Amino acid sequence: MTTTRTEKPERGTKNAERGKPNEKQANLSSVASVSCFAESVTQRPVPETGNEMDRRGFIQLLGAGILVTVFEGIADAQRSSRSGGGSGGGRGRNVSARIHIGEDGVITVMTGKIEMGQGARAELTQSAAEELHVPPDSIRMVMGDTHLCPDDGTTAGSRTTPSTVPAVRQAAAAARMLLIGLACKQWGVAENSVEVRDGVITHPPSNRTVTFAELAKSGAAAKALDQPAPPGVSVTPVKEWKVMGTSYARPNRRDLVTGAHKFPSDLILPNMLHGKVLRPPSYGAKLLSIDLEPAKAMKDVVVLREGDFVGVAAPTTFQATQALKAIAETAKWESAPHPSSTEVYDYLRQRVRSKRDLENPFANEMGKAAKVLKQTYRTAYIQHAPAETRTALAEWKDGHLTVWTCTQAPFGYHSELGRAFQLPSERVRVIVPDFGCGFGGKHTAESAIEAARLARAAGRPVSVKWTREEEFTWAYFRPAAVIEIEAGLDEKGQIAVWHFININSGAAAVQTPYRIAHNNCRYVPSDTPLRQGSYRTLAATANNFARECMMDELAAAAGADPLDFRLAHLDNDRIRAVLEEAARQFDWRGRRKQKRAPGTGIGLACGTEKASVVAACVEISVDEAKNEIVVKKVTEVFEAGTVVNPENLRKQVIGCILMGLGGALREEMIFEGGKMLNASFGKYLVPRFKDVPELDIHLRNWPGMEPVGGGETPIIAIAPAIANAVFDATGRRIRQMPIKLSAAKPGQTT
Amino acid sequence: MDITITFTVNGKAATVTTDPQRPLLDILREDLQLTGTKYGCGEGFCGVCTVLMDGKRTLACITPAKDADKKAIVTIEGLADGDKLHPVQEAFLAEGAMQCGYCTPGMILTTVALLREHPQPTEAEILNWMDGNICRCNNYPNILNAVRRAVREARR
Repeated sequence: MTTTRTEKPERGTKNAERGKPNEKQANLSSVASVSCFAESVTQRPVPETGNEMDRRGFIQLLGAGILVTVFEGIADAQRSSRSGGGSGGGRGRNVSARIHIGEDGVITVMTGKIEMGQGARAELTQSAAEELHVPPDSIRMVMGDTHLCPDDGTTAGSRTTPSTVPAVRQAAAAARMLLIGLACKQWGVAENSVEVRDGVITHPPSNRTVTFAELAKSGAAAKALDQPAPPGVSVTPVKEWKVMGTSYARPNRRDLVTGAHKFPSDLILPNMLHGKVLRPPSYGAKLLSIDLEPAKAMKDVVVLREGDFVGVAAPTTFQATQALKAIAETAKWESAPHPSSTEVYDYLRQRVRSKRDLENPFANEMGKAAKVLKQTYRTAYIQHAPAETRTALAEWKDGHLTVWTCTQAPFGYHSELGRAFQLPSERVRVIVPDFGCGFGGKHTAESAIEAARLARAAGRPVSVKWTREEEFTWAYFRPAAVIEIEAGLDEKGQIAVWHFININSGAAAVQTPYRIAHNNCRYVPSDTPLRQGSYRTLAATANNFARECMMDELAAAAGADPLDFRLAHLDNDRIRAVLEEAARQFDWRGRRKQKRAPGTGIGLACGTEKASVVAACVEISVDEAKNEIVVKKVTEVFEAGTVVNPENLRKQVIGCILMGLGGALREEMIFEGGKMLNASFGKYLVPRFKDVPELDIHLRNWPGMEPVGGGETPIIAIAPAIANAVFDATGRRIRQMPIKLSAAKPGQTT
Repeated sequence: MDITITFTVNGKAATVTTDPQRPLLDILREDLQLTGTKYGCGEGFCGVCTVLMDGKRTLACITPAKDADKKAIVTIEGLADGDKLHPVQEAFLAEGAMQCGYCTPGMILTTVALLREHPQPTEAEILNWMDGNICRCNNYPNILNAVRRAVREARR
């Protein structure tokens, strides 16, 4: 780790606007700040850090002060595998500018992670404040700007807490130690004789004090700060946390209740046009011909055709929509065959990449089992349906492309845009203001590329905002799955053989956490007829649904209680603790002994993914006449190591449970003839206020274990717990998500 | 054929010449640059475009320009009195009733309209009233707490 003291800007150089940290944040992510960067973009020397912004640019933007750069391992698996194009988003450097300590006392922390409602802004602010020993409100967190921020990898896989929190803590702790070293050197005192609180270093014996801001100003410090930081900087132990571990609220929350926050879709540039893109009438349809004249004849409308890409841009969304409609009516298409949503499971099963991978290597052992169960489970294609649809604003200036957009992968977009427009890295900049929801659905740059194409053609900035129908039809989907399970019980009622195949949806949580002697779990790719990609826990929801439903089926076959049966196969202490607590809080054993009212049932499920653990117990009722399942109560226990922010984690757990209700009970894309038939919130029914059951949430803190991410795994227990409760209520096993009573007839148990 | 409509937005007079069918949402966001009102579905199913029109809860995405003529519109930008937040905004802050915050302006204005039409709503009335608004972060419990808090505050 090294630090560099930035020099004061030359007279007349425009500094970043002064103001409160939150106001500064708003400026940084707003269009108004663009001009601050123009000079550094065009005259930039080769950057010495992983950030695109060079040192001079930082000074111009952030003001005079100390820029702390950090060596960071590029071996980080997420960074190398998930960012676009190679390590560090194609950068290949491992020095990141992470923290700027301004002479004005404002501390700026930079991260390539983004905020979409999951709480990263608060959590990373807490992390920096904890280690710097400053109030969190004195920190300005700059996120998701490829020009300023180090590439921290895609905001996905629950990686912010286990990867980026430690990176920020390390940098902040090292910065604090450097500042302490500076003060002690000036005073000629030992480093262990000073205290740091609220950004002030104090030497109690001599009553001397100095602020971080004063140190940042100290010219004599420059040379000392060029030296590498002392190695092995330790971070604050959990028991001494003051800011981490508290429910610090999102720093820019006030702007969310006043409407002042600018989401990517809210940005307006002078001269900006609104873009619309021609979509095929069905999946795979090929454009044969189109007449662009009706749109060209319209006032102020820009029309672009580049191969199969046809788009328009106009001064208002309404005009753009009308222009697009006018030419769409002239388009001739050649359609392509496409399976329907009812045919899709057979389609996926038939097209597995390797039929051999479906075979059970333990067929012999299965032959020895006392009882064998063989079942197939299915999960549907569903949409993320983020609050804010895909949106991007693109501007070209002097051969440089800047895109403001909502994405979980700013550096991935940066690479995609570079490839799409044959631009070198330094000529592309992606800026991600805090945006409206992702859930794993915003990793691909289509709207950014569309906006950039139209902006290039128009010679003006263009904003492209997908409609809800486009989002439901052309964004990628959570993959459908066909899951085949064959399991054998021995004479004692223990699972002896387990053969589990996930076709198409992925490997997340495909491995069973249960102790089984002969165990084969595998993900087998297939040929998806729809674009598919990441989702909250990706395939873990499907895999855990199938496994936890099958565990219930096996428990019934063994004549055991579902809780006892699971515990008898569980060695993992964390899962046992979470499952037992959920059962205790729900009074599982007491309720199992009681006779349930007709049409009501209880069920449980547990699971682990991304190093965190969850268990849920649910109470449901069924209304056969209405063909409806109502979830009345959910008790869920979740554990993700040491809790960094209890209130935020609680919100993530609740968000997962309720979002999970959608996929469990209703959400499914319905398509036929290549057309999506329910691409609307009127037909695709996401959870609403009235769907909220009684919630009994328990967060287990597992002290001594490093914090891990909690925004995904709490979703995986809800669906199987409901399906198991439906069996309890009706005696019917429903082996599909969404769980629909109509999928199994009364009396049908196998 | 464009028409000219005259209305007030957050107490200020505005005159817009536009297509009569153009959504009020677009006029607010694109012509008046009041972007606190959001696009969510364009069909009136999600409530993120909620504004008050003559004090009544109105979905701006399905309100054509011609229907806004001579009306008084209030958007999220018009709720606070300078730096002093509206009590419903305060209630949402106090209860942490936002995650990504995209649905928040619509939720707040829907709550303001609720309190106007049902100053002392029952729990069932709250649920019925709010059910048209979607929160994709599924922060419903905190939002309900904010609505209940706002109801309590309004009773004082």
